[in-house]
Amino acid sequence: MLDLFIHILVPVAIFMFIAIFTLFAVYAERKIAGFVQDRLGPMETGKYGSLQTIADILKLLQKELITPFLADKILFRVAPIVIFVAIFTGFSVIPWSHNFIPVNTHTGLFLIMAVVSIDAIGILMAGWGSNNKFSLLGAMRAIAQMVSYEIPVGLTLITAVMLTQSLNLNDIATNQGILATEEIKFLGIWSIKNVGGVLAWNIFQAPHMIVTYIIFFIATLAECNRAPFDIPEAESELVGGFHTEYGGIQFAFFFLAEYAMMFLVSMLGVVLFLGAWNTPFPNIGSIRLADWTTGFGWGIFWTFFKSLFLVGIQMWIRWTLPRLRADQLMNLCWKVLTPLAFLCMAISAIWRILVIT
Amino acid sequence: MVFKIAFHALKTAFKGLSLTVKHLFGAQKARQELDITKDHYFDNQTGIATVQYPKVKMPIPEVARYQLDVEIDDCIVCDLCAKACPVDCIAIEAIKSPEVIGKTSDGSVKRLYPARFDIDMAKCMYCGLCTVVCPTECITMTDQYDRSSTKLTDLIYGFSDMTDDQVAQRKSEWTKFQAEKEAAKLK
Repeated sequence: MLDLFIHILVPVAIFMFIAIFTLFAVYAERKIAGFVQDRLGPMETGKYGSLQTIADILKLLQKELITPFLADKILFRVAPIVIFVAIFTGFSVIPWSHNFIPVNTHTGLFLIMAVVSIDAIGILMAGWGSNNKFSLLGAMRAIAQMVSYEIPVGLTLITAVMLTQSLNLNDIATNQGILATEEIKFLGIWSIKNVGGVLAWNIFQAPHMIVTYIIFFIATLAECNRAPFDIPEAESELVGGFHTEYGGIQFAFFFLAEYAMMFLVSMLGVVLFLGAWNTPFPNIGSIRLADWTTGFGWGIFWTFFKSLFLVGIQMWIRWTLPRLRADQLMNLCWKVLTPLAFLCMAISAIWRILVIT
Repeated sequence: MVFKIAFHALKTAFKGLSLTVKHLFGAQKARQELDITKDHYFDNQTGIATVQYPKVKMPIPEVARYQLDVEIDDCIVCDLCAKACPVDCIAIEAIKSPEVIGKTSDGSVKRLYPARFDIDMAKCMYCGLCTVVCPTECITMTDQYDRSSTKLTDLIYGFSDMTDDQVAQRKSEWTKFQAEKEAAKLK
Protein backbone atom coordinates (compact mmCIF):
# COMPACT_ATOMS: atom_id res chain seq x y z
CA MET A 1 0.00 0.00 0.00
CA LEU A 2 2.84 2.40 0.88
CA ASP A 3 4.58 1.41 -2.35
CA LEU A 4 1.49 2.26 -4.37
CA PHE A 5 1.25 5.58 -2.59
CA ILE A 6 4.88 6.39 -3.44
CA HIS A 7 4.38 5.28 -7.05
CA ILE A 8 1.59 7.84 -7.35
CA LEU A 9 3.27 10.56 -5.32
CA VAL A 10 6.56 10.63 -7.27
CA PRO A 11 5.09 11.39 -10.73
CA VAL A 12 2.76 13.98 -9.19
CA ALA A 13 5.73 15.64 -7.50
CA ILE A 14 7.71 15.65 -10.76
CA PHE A 15 4.74 17.08 -12.63
CA MET A 16 4.29 19.81 -10.03
CA PHE A 17 7.97 20.57 -10.29
CA ILE A 18 7.79 20.84 -14.10
CA ALA A 19 4.75 23.12 -13.91
CA ILE A 20 6.30 25.45 -11.33
CA PHE A 21 9.64 25.40 -13.10
CA THR A 22 7.93 26.33 -16.39
CA LEU A 23 6.13 29.27 -14.77
CA PHE A 24 9.38 30.47 -13.28
CA ALA A 25 11.44 29.84 -16.43
CA VAL A 26 9.04 31.64 -18.76
CA TYR A 27 9.17 34.69 -16.50
CA ALA A 28 12.96 34.45 -16.27
CA GLU A 29 13.25 34.05 -20.03
CA ARG A 30 11.16 37.14 -20.72
CA LYS A 31 13.15 39.15 -18.20
CA ILE A 32 16.48 37.98 -19.62
CA ALA A 33 15.26 38.72 -23.14
CA GLY A 34 14.26 42.19 -22.01
CA PHE A 35 17.53 42.97 -20.26
CA VAL A 36 19.66 41.68 -23.13
CA GLN A 37 17.77 43.98 -25.50
CA ASP A 38 17.85 46.96 -23.08
CA ARG A 39 14.14 46.58 -22.30
CA LEU A 40 12.41 45.92 -18.98
CA GLY A 41 10.30 42.88 -19.87
CA PRO A 42 6.95 42.36 -18.10
CA MET A 43 6.39 45.06 -15.47
CA GLU A 44 2.65 45.57 -14.98
CA THR A 45 1.26 42.33 -13.50
CA GLY A 46 2.38 42.14 -9.90
CA LYS A 47 5.59 43.60 -8.51
CA TYR A 48 8.07 43.77 -11.42
CA GLY A 49 5.64 41.66 -13.47
CA SER A 50 6.16 38.62 -11.27
CA LEU A 51 2.57 37.39 -11.71
CA GLN A 52 2.72 37.68 -15.51
CA THR A 53 3.14 33.96 -16.24
CA ILE A 54 0.39 33.05 -13.77
CA ALA A 55 -1.94 35.44 -15.59
CA ASP A 56 -0.83 33.86 -18.87
CA ILE A 57 -1.56 30.31 -17.74
CA LEU A 58 -4.95 31.35 -16.32
CA LYS A 59 -5.79 32.85 -19.70
CA LEU A 60 -4.67 29.68 -21.50
CA LEU A 61 -6.73 27.45 -19.18
CA GLN A 62 -9.90 29.43 -19.89
CA LYS A 63 -9.56 29.29 -23.65
CA GLU A 64 -11.72 27.13 -25.86
CA LEU A 65 -10.18 24.07 -27.49
CA ILE A 66 -10.56 24.56 -31.22
CA THR A 67 -9.96 21.67 -33.61
CA PRO A 68 -9.61 22.68 -37.26
CA PHE A 69 -12.45 21.35 -39.45
CA LEU A 70 -10.26 19.19 -41.69
CA ALA A 71 -7.77 18.16 -38.99
CA ASP A 72 -7.07 14.54 -38.15
CA LYS A 73 -9.00 14.72 -34.89
CA ILE A 74 -7.31 11.87 -33.04
CA LEU A 75 -3.73 12.76 -33.96
CA PHE A 76 -4.43 16.42 -33.26
CA ARG A 77 -5.71 15.72 -29.76
CA VAL A 78 -3.14 13.08 -28.80
CA ALA A 79 0.00 14.91 -30.05
CA PRO A 80 0.52 17.32 -27.11
CA ILE A 81 0.07 14.45 -24.66
CA VAL A 82 2.57 12.24 -26.50
CA ILE A 83 5.15 15.04 -26.58
CA PHE A 84 4.72 15.87 -22.91
CA VAL A 85 4.66 12.28 -21.69
CA ALA A 86 7.82 11.45 -23.67
CA ILE A 87 9.76 14.14 -21.84
CA PHE A 88 7.99 13.60 -18.52
CA THR A 89 9.06 9.95 -18.55
CA GLY A 90 12.66 11.02 -19.05
CA PHE A 91 12.69 12.53 -15.56
CA SER A 92 12.04 9.13 -13.98
CA VAL A 93 15.64 7.87 -14.17
CA ILE A 94 17.60 11.00 -13.29
CA PRO A 95 19.11 11.19 -9.79
CA TRP A 96 18.47 14.26 -7.66
CA SER A 97 20.77 13.36 -4.79
CA HIS A 98 22.82 10.47 -3.43
CA ASN A 99 20.65 7.37 -3.99
CA PHE A 100 17.64 9.66 -4.40
CA ILE A 101 16.25 8.70 -7.78
CA PRO A 102 12.66 7.94 -8.86
CA VAL A 103 13.65 4.65 -10.57
CA ASN A 104 17.09 3.14 -10.09
CA THR A 105 17.53 1.08 -13.25
CA HIS A 106 20.68 -0.30 -14.85
CA THR A 107 19.78 1.07 -18.26
CA GLY A 108 18.63 4.54 -17.24
CA LEU A 109 20.62 6.41 -19.89
CA PHE A 110 19.38 4.06 -22.61
CA LEU A 111 15.79 4.60 -21.43
CA ILE A 112 16.17 8.37 -21.65
CA MET A 113 17.55 8.18 -25.18
CA ALA A 114 14.73 5.85 -26.26
CA VAL A 115 11.89 7.71 -24.58
CA VAL A 116 12.89 11.25 -25.45
CA SER A 117 13.10 10.26 -29.14
CA ILE A 118 9.34 9.66 -29.06
CA ASP A 119 9.08 13.45 -28.84
CA ALA A 120 9.83 13.55 -32.59
CA ILE A 121 6.82 11.34 -33.33
CA GLY A 122 4.60 13.61 -31.26
CA ILE A 123 5.77 16.64 -33.22
CA LEU A 124 5.06 14.88 -36.53
CA MET A 125 1.60 13.94 -35.22
CA ALA A 126 0.94 17.57 -34.33
CA GLY A 127 2.16 18.84 -37.69
CA TRP A 128 0.33 16.28 -39.78
CA GLY A 129 -2.83 16.29 -37.69
CA SER A 130 -3.23 20.07 -37.92
CA ASN A 131 -3.75 19.88 -41.71
CA ASN A 132 -1.93 23.18 -42.11
CA LYS A 133 0.99 23.66 -44.43
CA PHE A 134 2.98 25.70 -41.94
CA SER A 135 2.50 23.07 -39.26
CA LEU A 136 3.54 20.30 -41.62
CA LEU A 137 6.61 22.22 -42.79
CA GLY A 138 7.58 22.89 -39.18
CA ALA A 139 7.06 19.27 -38.22
CA MET A 140 9.13 18.00 -41.16
CA ARG A 141 11.95 20.38 -40.27
CA ALA A 142 11.72 19.28 -36.65
CA ILE A 143 11.98 15.60 -37.60
CA ALA A 144 14.97 16.22 -39.88
CA GLN A 145 16.65 18.20 -37.13
CA MET A 146 15.89 15.90 -34.21
CA VAL A 147 16.79 12.69 -36.02
CA SER A 148 20.09 14.22 -37.21
CA TYR A 149 21.06 15.59 -33.84
CA GLU A 150 20.25 12.32 -32.12
CA ILE A 151 23.53 11.04 -33.62
CA PRO A 152 25.99 13.47 -32.02
CA VAL A 153 24.05 13.22 -28.77
CA GLY A 154 24.22 9.42 -28.88
CA LEU A 155 27.94 9.48 -29.69
CA THR A 156 28.77 11.86 -26.85
CA LEU A 157 26.75 9.72 -24.45
CA ILE A 158 28.71 6.66 -25.60
CA THR A 159 31.93 8.62 -25.07
CA ALA A 160 30.93 9.27 -21.47
CA VAL A 161 29.65 5.75 -20.93
CA MET A 162 32.94 4.27 -22.20
CA LEU A 163 34.72 6.00 -19.35
CA THR A 164 32.11 5.30 -16.67
CA GLN A 165 31.38 1.74 -17.86
CA SER A 166 27.80 2.07 -16.70
CA LEU A 167 24.40 3.04 -18.06
CA ASN A 168 23.01 3.50 -14.57
CA LEU A 169 22.73 7.23 -13.99
CA ASN A 170 22.87 6.74 -10.23
CA ASP A 171 26.25 4.98 -10.51
CA ILE A 172 27.55 7.55 -13.00
CA ALA A 173 26.59 10.32 -10.59
CA THR A 174 28.15 8.61 -7.58
CA ASN A 175 31.50 8.06 -9.29
CA GLN A 176 32.21 11.77 -9.72
CA GLY A 177 32.95 12.80 -6.16
CA ILE A 178 34.10 11.81 -2.72
CA LEU A 179 31.43 9.09 -2.38
CA ALA A 180 32.80 7.21 -5.43
CA THR A 181 32.82 3.43 -5.27
CA GLU A 182 35.57 3.11 -7.88
CA GLU A 183 39.00 4.57 -8.40
CA ILE A 184 38.69 7.97 -10.13
CA LYS A 185 41.52 10.07 -11.51
CA PHE A 186 41.89 13.71 -12.56
CA LEU A 187 42.92 13.61 -16.26
CA GLY A 188 43.88 9.97 -15.72
CA ILE A 189 46.96 10.74 -13.62
CA TRP A 190 46.04 11.97 -10.15
CA SER A 191 43.89 9.79 -7.95
CA ILE A 192 41.27 12.17 -6.65
CA LYS A 193 38.83 10.00 -4.78
CA ASN A 194 39.47 11.69 -1.41
CA VAL A 195 39.71 15.21 -2.83
CA GLY A 196 36.47 15.33 -4.83
CA GLY A 197 35.11 18.65 -5.91
CA VAL A 198 35.15 20.05 -9.40
CA LEU A 199 38.31 18.08 -10.28
CA ALA A 200 36.51 14.77 -9.90
CA TRP A 201 33.73 15.58 -12.36
CA ASN A 202 33.56 13.47 -15.51
CA ILE A 203 34.39 16.51 -17.62
CA PHE A 204 37.88 16.58 -16.03
CA GLN A 205 38.46 12.84 -15.81
CA ALA A 206 39.83 12.83 -19.37
CA PRO A 207 41.04 15.73 -21.52
CA HIS A 208 38.64 15.16 -24.41
CA MET A 209 35.57 15.25 -22.18
CA ILE A 210 35.36 19.05 -22.30
CA VAL A 211 35.03 18.94 -26.09
CA THR A 212 32.54 16.12 -25.71
CA TYR A 213 30.48 18.19 -23.32
CA ILE A 214 30.44 21.17 -25.69
CA ILE A 215 29.24 18.89 -28.51
CA PHE A 216 26.63 17.42 -26.19
CA PHE A 217 25.43 20.88 -25.16
CA ILE A 218 25.10 22.16 -28.73
CA ALA A 219 23.39 18.99 -29.92
CA THR A 220 20.90 18.92 -27.04
CA LEU A 221 20.14 22.58 -27.70
CA ALA A 222 19.07 21.46 -31.17
CA GLU A 223 17.21 18.47 -29.71
CA CYS A 224 14.93 20.71 -27.68
CA ASN A 225 14.33 23.02 -30.66
CA ARG A 226 15.74 26.04 -28.89
CA ALA A 227 17.24 29.01 -30.70
CA PRO A 228 19.59 29.17 -32.57
CA PHE A 229 18.20 25.82 -33.72
CA ASP A 230 14.51 26.75 -33.60
CA ILE A 231 13.69 26.32 -37.28
CA PRO A 232 10.75 24.00 -36.47
CA GLU A 233 8.85 26.93 -34.95
CA ALA A 234 10.63 29.82 -36.71
CA GLU A 235 8.05 32.50 -35.92
CA SER A 236 9.08 34.80 -38.73
CA GLU A 237 8.63 32.22 -41.47
CA LEU A 238 6.32 29.49 -40.18
CA VAL A 239 3.87 31.37 -37.90
CA GLY A 240 4.33 28.96 -34.99
CA GLY A 241 5.59 25.82 -36.72
CA PHE A 242 4.03 22.56 -35.59
CA HIS A 243 1.89 24.20 -32.88
CA THR A 244 0.31 26.86 -35.12
CA GLU A 245 -3.20 25.43 -34.79
CA TYR A 246 -3.12 24.76 -31.06
CA GLY A 247 -4.59 26.92 -28.35
CA GLY A 248 -5.58 26.77 -24.72
CA ILE A 249 -4.44 23.91 -22.55
CA GLN A 250 -3.01 21.99 -25.52
CA PHE A 251 -0.68 24.87 -26.31
CA ALA A 252 0.20 25.04 -22.62
CA PHE A 253 1.29 21.40 -22.84
CA PHE A 254 3.63 22.19 -25.74
CA PHE A 255 5.10 24.95 -23.64
CA LEU A 256 5.44 22.68 -20.60
CA ALA A 257 7.15 20.08 -22.79
CA GLU A 258 9.58 22.61 -24.23
CA TYR A 259 10.68 23.91 -20.86
CA ALA A 260 10.70 20.43 -19.30
CA MET A 261 12.95 19.33 -22.17
CA MET A 262 15.30 22.22 -21.48
CA PHE A 263 15.57 21.20 -17.84
CA LEU A 264 15.85 17.51 -18.72
CA VAL A 265 18.80 17.93 -21.09
CA SER A 266 20.48 20.31 -18.66
CA MET A 267 20.08 17.76 -15.90
CA LEU A 268 21.35 14.98 -18.14
CA GLY A 269 24.41 17.06 -18.96
CA VAL A 270 24.93 17.72 -15.27
CA VAL A 271 24.64 14.04 -14.34
CA LEU A 272 26.89 12.77 -17.13
CA PHE A 273 29.55 15.47 -17.26
CA LEU A 274 29.28 18.06 -14.51
CA GLY A 275 29.37 15.92 -11.40
CA ALA A 276 25.62 15.44 -10.86
CA TRP A 277 24.81 16.14 -7.22
CA ASN A 278 28.46 16.35 -6.21
CA THR A 279 29.81 19.58 -4.79
CA PRO A 280 32.20 21.72 -6.86
CA PHE A 281 34.41 22.41 -3.81
CA PRO A 282 37.37 20.05 -3.27
CA ASN A 283 38.94 18.98 0.02
CA ILE A 284 42.13 21.00 0.50
CA GLY A 285 44.22 19.42 3.24
CA SER A 286 42.38 19.83 6.52
CA ILE A 287 39.78 22.18 5.02
CA ARG A 288 37.18 19.53 4.17
CA LEU A 289 35.05 21.68 1.85
CA ALA A 290 33.80 18.67 -0.11
CA ASP A 291 32.84 16.77 3.05
CA TRP A 292 31.01 19.78 4.45
CA THR A 293 29.00 20.41 1.29
CA THR A 294 27.97 16.82 0.61
CA GLY A 295 24.72 15.41 1.86
CA PHE A 296 21.11 14.79 0.92
CA GLY A 297 19.98 18.43 0.94
CA TRP A 298 23.22 19.64 -0.56
CA GLY A 299 22.83 17.04 -3.33
CA ILE A 300 19.42 18.35 -4.35
CA PHE A 301 20.74 21.90 -4.12
CA TRP A 302 23.72 21.22 -6.38
CA THR A 303 21.68 19.33 -9.00
CA PHE A 304 19.12 22.09 -9.04
CA PHE A 305 21.66 24.91 -9.06
CA LYS A 306 23.79 23.45 -11.84
CA SER A 307 20.77 22.62 -13.99
CA LEU A 308 19.29 26.09 -13.55
CA PHE A 309 22.64 27.58 -14.46
CA LEU A 310 22.66 25.59 -17.70
CA VAL A 311 19.05 26.59 -18.43
CA GLY A 312 20.18 30.18 -17.94
CA ILE A 313 22.96 29.66 -20.48
CA GLN A 314 20.44 28.20 -22.93
CA MET A 315 18.31 31.33 -22.56
CA TRP A 316 21.34 33.56 -22.91
CA ILE A 317 22.29 31.79 -26.15
CA ARG A 318 18.72 32.07 -27.44
CA TRP A 319 18.72 35.86 -27.13
CA THR A 320 22.17 36.22 -28.64
CA LEU A 321 22.59 34.04 -31.68
CA PRO A 322 20.43 34.30 -34.81
CA ARG A 323 18.61 31.27 -36.17
CA LEU A 324 20.55 28.87 -38.40
CA ARG A 325 19.29 28.13 -41.89
CA ALA A 326 18.15 24.56 -42.50
CA ASP A 327 21.22 23.69 -44.61
CA GLN A 328 23.60 25.31 -42.11
CA LEU A 329 21.92 23.27 -39.42
CA MET A 330 22.57 20.02 -41.30
CA ASN A 331 26.13 21.14 -42.12
CA LEU A 332 26.85 21.75 -38.46
CA CYS A 333 25.41 18.40 -37.45
CA TRP A 334 26.91 16.13 -40.10
CA LYS A 335 30.16 17.88 -41.00
CA VAL A 336 31.27 19.27 -37.65
CA LEU A 337 29.57 17.73 -34.62
CA THR A 338 29.36 14.14 -35.85
CA PRO A 339 33.05 13.81 -36.90
CA LEU A 340 34.19 15.50 -33.70
CA ALA A 341 31.96 13.24 -31.63
CA PHE A 342 33.37 10.19 -33.44
CA LEU A 343 36.88 11.41 -32.72
CA CYS A 344 36.03 11.86 -29.05
CA MET A 345 34.57 8.38 -28.97
CA ALA A 346 37.78 6.94 -30.45
CA ILE A 347 39.89 8.84 -27.91
CA SER A 348 37.63 7.53 -25.17
CA ALA A 349 38.17 3.96 -26.30
CA ILE A 350 41.95 4.39 -26.41
CA TRP A 351 41.87 6.19 -23.05
CA ARG A 352 39.94 3.36 -21.48
CA ILE A 353 42.40 0.74 -22.74
CA LEU A 354 45.70 2.57 -22.26
CA VAL A 355 45.22 4.98 -19.36
CA ILE A 356 42.54 3.65 -17.05
CA THR A 357 42.81 -0.07 -17.78
CA MET B 1 39.05 21.84 -41.81
CA VAL B 2 36.52 20.71 -39.24
CA PHE B 3 38.64 22.10 -36.44
CA LYS B 4 39.05 25.42 -38.22
CA ILE B 5 35.29 25.80 -38.76
CA ALA B 6 34.47 24.69 -35.23
CA PHE B 7 37.02 27.05 -33.73
CA HIS B 8 35.84 29.97 -35.83
CA ALA B 9 32.18 29.29 -34.93
CA LEU B 10 32.99 29.12 -31.22
CA LYS B 11 35.05 32.30 -31.40
CA THR B 12 32.33 34.34 -33.11
CA ALA B 13 29.62 32.88 -30.88
CA PHE B 14 31.67 33.87 -27.85
CA LYS B 15 32.03 37.39 -29.20
CA GLY B 16 28.26 37.74 -29.51
CA LEU B 17 27.62 36.15 -26.15
CA SER B 18 30.01 38.48 -24.36
CA LEU B 19 28.24 41.44 -25.96
CA THR B 20 24.80 40.33 -24.76
CA VAL B 21 25.99 39.46 -21.26
CA LYS B 22 27.38 42.99 -21.02
CA HIS B 23 23.89 44.30 -21.78
CA LEU B 24 22.32 41.78 -19.37
CA PHE B 25 24.34 43.14 -16.45
CA GLY B 26 24.22 46.70 -17.76
CA ALA B 27 20.43 46.53 -17.32
CA GLN B 28 20.77 47.42 -13.64
CA LYS B 29 20.41 51.09 -14.45
CA ALA B 30 18.16 53.02 -16.81
CA ARG B 31 19.43 55.58 -19.29
CA GLN B 32 20.09 58.92 -17.66
CA GLU B 33 18.75 61.51 -20.08
CA LEU B 34 15.37 61.48 -21.83
CA ASP B 35 15.35 65.03 -23.18
CA ILE B 36 17.08 65.26 -26.56
CA THR B 37 17.40 69.05 -26.31
CA LYS B 38 19.86 68.70 -23.42
CA ASP B 39 23.61 68.64 -23.90
CA HIS B 40 25.33 65.28 -23.43
CA TYR B 41 22.09 63.51 -24.41
CA PHE B 42 23.98 60.97 -26.48
CA ASP B 43 26.53 60.33 -23.72
CA ASN B 44 23.87 59.16 -21.28
CA GLN B 45 22.15 56.49 -23.37
CA THR B 46 23.50 53.27 -21.83
CA GLY B 47 21.22 50.96 -19.82
CA ILE B 48 17.49 50.24 -20.05
CA ALA B 49 15.87 52.23 -22.85
CA THR B 50 12.24 51.56 -21.82
CA VAL B 51 10.12 54.51 -20.73
CA GLN B 52 7.18 53.18 -18.72
CA TYR B 53 4.77 55.38 -20.56
CA PRO B 54 1.74 56.38 -18.50
CA LYS B 55 3.92 56.73 -15.39
CA VAL B 56 6.91 58.36 -17.04
CA LYS B 57 6.60 60.69 -20.01
CA MET B 58 9.18 61.67 -22.57
CA PRO B 59 9.77 65.42 -22.72
CA ILE B 60 8.45 66.81 -26.02
CA PRO B 61 9.44 70.02 -27.82
CA GLU B 62 7.40 73.17 -27.19
CA VAL B 63 6.42 73.48 -30.83
CA ALA B 64 5.07 69.99 -31.24
CA ARG B 65 2.81 68.76 -34.02
CA TYR B 66 0.25 66.61 -32.24
CA GLN B 67 -3.53 67.07 -31.82
CA LEU B 68 -5.23 69.96 -33.64
CA ASP B 69 -6.90 72.78 -31.77
CA VAL B 70 -9.13 75.56 -33.11
CA GLU B 71 -9.65 78.96 -31.50
CA ILE B 72 -13.20 79.34 -32.79
CA ASP B 73 -13.49 83.04 -31.91
CA ASP B 74 -10.64 83.79 -34.33
CA CYS B 75 -12.08 81.65 -37.12
CA ILE B 76 -13.50 83.45 -40.18
CA VAL B 77 -14.92 80.15 -41.53
CA CYS B 78 -13.09 80.56 -44.83
CA ASP B 79 -12.96 76.76 -45.37
CA LEU B 80 -9.31 76.92 -46.51
CA CYS B 81 -8.19 74.32 -43.98
CA ALA B 82 -10.87 71.87 -45.12
CA LYS B 83 -9.75 72.38 -48.74
CA ALA B 84 -6.08 71.94 -47.84
CA CYS B 85 -6.60 68.77 -45.86
CA PRO B 86 -5.28 65.79 -47.90
CA VAL B 87 -7.44 63.27 -46.05
CA ASP B 88 -10.58 65.41 -45.74
CA CYS B 89 -10.84 65.11 -42.00
CA ILE B 90 -12.18 68.65 -41.47
CA ALA B 91 -15.91 69.26 -42.02
CA ILE B 92 -17.12 72.86 -41.97
CA GLU B 93 -20.62 74.22 -42.43
CA ALA B 94 -21.02 77.99 -42.66
CA ILE B 95 -24.05 80.25 -42.30
CA LYS B 96 -23.87 83.68 -43.88
CA SER B 97 -24.65 86.67 -41.78
CA PRO B 98 -26.51 89.82 -43.02
CA GLU B 99 -24.05 92.14 -41.31
CA VAL B 100 -20.50 91.98 -39.98
CA ILE B 101 -20.37 89.79 -36.86
CA GLY B 102 -17.17 91.11 -35.40
CA LYS B 103 -13.43 91.06 -35.72
CA THR B 104 -10.84 88.42 -34.92
CA SER B 105 -7.88 89.20 -32.70
CA ASP B 106 -5.70 90.04 -35.72
CA GLY B 107 -8.30 92.37 -37.23
CA SER B 108 -9.88 90.19 -39.91
CA VAL B 109 -13.60 90.74 -40.42
CA LYS B 110 -15.96 87.87 -39.60
CA ARG B 111 -18.98 87.48 -41.88
CA LEU B 112 -19.84 83.81 -41.41
CA TYR B 113 -21.12 81.74 -38.50
CA PRO B 114 -19.49 78.33 -37.97
CA ALA B 115 -22.52 76.05 -37.68
CA ARG B 116 -20.28 73.03 -37.72
CA PHE B 117 -16.51 72.72 -37.34
CA ASP B 118 -15.61 69.04 -36.86
CA ILE B 119 -12.13 67.51 -37.08
CA ASP B 120 -11.92 63.73 -37.21
CA MET B 121 -8.63 63.04 -35.45
CA ALA B 122 -8.88 59.36 -36.36
CA LYS B 123 -8.38 60.36 -39.99
CA CYS B 124 -5.85 63.15 -39.36
CA MET B 125 -2.34 62.36 -40.56
CA TYR B 126 -0.67 65.24 -38.72
CA CYS B 127 0.77 66.91 -41.83
CA GLY B 128 0.02 70.41 -40.55
CA LEU B 129 -1.12 71.78 -43.92
CA CYS B 130 -4.32 73.21 -42.40
CA THR B 131 -2.30 75.30 -39.95
CA VAL B 132 -0.18 76.68 -42.80
CA VAL B 133 -3.09 77.94 -44.91
CA CYS B 134 -5.14 79.44 -42.09
CA PRO B 135 -5.23 83.24 -42.66
CA THR B 136 -5.99 84.06 -39.02
CA GLU B 137 -3.84 81.30 -37.50
CA CYS B 138 -6.76 80.03 -35.48
CA ILE B 139 -6.11 76.34 -36.22
CA THR B 140 -2.93 75.13 -34.51
CA MET B 141 -1.19 71.93 -33.52
CA THR B 142 -0.76 71.51 -29.78
CA ASP B 143 1.51 69.40 -27.59
CA GLN B 144 -1.39 67.13 -26.58
CA TYR B 145 -0.93 63.61 -27.88
CA ASP B 146 -2.56 61.22 -25.40
CA ARG B 147 -6.26 61.17 -26.28
CA SER B 148 -6.97 57.47 -26.51
CA SER B 149 -10.63 56.48 -26.34
CA THR B 150 -12.76 53.37 -26.49
CA LYS B 151 -15.28 54.99 -28.85
CA LEU B 152 -14.34 55.96 -32.38
CA THR B 153 -16.77 58.89 -32.41
CA ASP B 154 -14.94 60.41 -29.43
CA LEU B 155 -12.13 61.18 -31.85
CA ILE B 156 -14.31 63.59 -33.86
CA TYR B 157 -13.68 66.90 -32.16
CA GLY B 158 -16.39 69.54 -32.52
CA PHE B 159 -15.10 73.11 -32.21
CA SER B 160 -18.25 75.01 -33.04
CA ASP B 161 -19.71 76.71 -29.94
CA MET B 162 -23.17 77.27 -31.47
CA THR B 163 -26.21 75.51 -30.08
CA ASP B 164 -28.92 74.04 -32.34
CA ASP B 165 -31.26 76.90 -31.50
CA GLN B 166 -28.64 79.47 -32.43
CA VAL B 167 -27.99 77.68 -35.72
CA ALA B 168 -31.70 77.66 -36.53
CA GLN B 169 -32.00 81.33 -35.58
CA ARG B 170 -29.03 82.42 -37.73
CA LYS B 171 -30.36 80.37 -40.64
CA SER B 172 -33.77 81.98 -40.43
CA GLU B 173 -32.14 85.43 -40.16
CA TRP B 174 -30.25 84.79 -43.39
CA THR B 175 -33.29 83.48 -45.27
CA LYS B 176 -35.31 86.46 -44.05
CA PHE B 177 -32.58 88.86 -45.20
CA GLN B 178 -32.44 87.18 -48.59
CA ALA B 179 -36.19 87.25 -48.95
CA GLU B 180 -36.20 90.99 -48.15
CA LYS B 181 -33.46 91.56 -50.76
CA GLU B 182 -35.45 89.63 -53.37
CA ALA B 183 -38.53 91.66 -52.51
CA ALA B 184 -36.52 94.92 -52.82
CA LYS B 185 -35.20 93.83 -56.24
CA LEU B 186 -38.71 93.09 -57.54
CA LYS B 187 -39.99 96.53 -56.64
